[in-house]
Amino acid sequence: MLHNDNAWRQAGVTTLPVMFGYLPLGAAFGILAIEVGIPAWGAVLMSLLIYAGAGQFLAVALLAGGAGLVEVAVATLMLNSRHLFYGLSLLRRFQGAGWRKPYLIFALTDETYSLLTTHTGDGGLDHAQAFRISLLNQLWWVLGSILGVLIGTTLAFDSRGIEFALTALFIVLTLEQARRLRQWLPFVIALATGFGAILLLPERHLLLGAIGAASLMLLADYRLRQAGGAS
Amino acid sequence: MNVLDLLGFIAVCAAATFATRVLPFVALARQAEHPLILHLGRYLPPAVMMILVLYALRDFRPLADGRLNIAADGWPMIIASLVVVSLHLWQRNALLSIIGGTGAYMAMVQLGWTP
Repeated sequence: MLHNDNAWRQAGVTTLPVMFGYLPLGAAFGILAIEVGIPAWGAVLMSLLIYAGAGQFLAVALLAGGAGLVEVAVATLMLNSRHLFYGLSLLRRFQGAGWRKPYLIFALTDETYSLLTTHTGDGGLDHAQAFRISLLNQLWWVLGSILGVLIGTTLAFDSRGIEFALTALFIVLTLEQARRLRQWLPFVIALATGFGAILLLPERHLLLGAIGAASLMLLADYRLRQAGGAS
Repeated sequence: MNVLDLLGFIAVCAAATFATRVLPFVALARQAEHPLILHLGRYLPPAVMMILVLYALRDFRPLADGRLNIAADGWPMIIASLVVVSLHLWQRNALLSIIGGTGAYMAMVQLGWTP
């Protein structure tokens, strides 16, 4: 059991930055949900069953606006379609994950994807550890939501700015990816599509546009290499 | 809104979200070893990470509309990001980099400090 305890502790440390981000963000969601009249159990249920940061904020907005179910489905699909590309790059990694696989797929948020794709390294992250990390991340999110529901609208302590932890996490993970890969290509593509999307697209399509365009450019790169006869 | 309506609403959101996550695994289950999938698996994560950084910093737009135009938290965001990068290049301790950068950002935002 000692080994198991250790694995959980390690997962806890790995997800710590996500905790700093998810607790306040989840709390913000909880507060917002209560404000628009969603009952406390409904808000917590959303964090348990939907589990998507931006998606849940959108859901609250749609609910408050009295949107129809079809509209809700389409908007949610659009907003979350970037997940398609996450799955593409994890097809092999999740192979053989057994009973854990459905949950690993369900819990695939931006932050979990980032942790799972960076910490895998040299086979250092097995399915069990990926599962622990995914589960802990959702735990932080649900706890944050409960916190928000409890707080209602009065914030007791000054946590302004703590959400920067997620930005910091993405920066650190980018540096780690760069160190491991030692190639410019994906970063150049990301800078091009990222800045392009920020300049050209409305905010709600930003991520999908940038990630979709990056995937297409990687596809083009793959074709070029094949045509060039490179191995 | 009654309980059944709310449950239906949550079910639709949950199903739509899960659909976007599970689709590649269902549609491409047999293609996992295809060289294109391996290519994407290798290069897409770093690209996505870089894009998420840009996305997180998107409110910093010093040249939007052709003039200086910086949100209140813009400079603290950039400075805190530089703190993260410096700390990480120096010590390569993820937790230290993240806590250092976040602490710097919170201090700047809460004290209302901006250059």
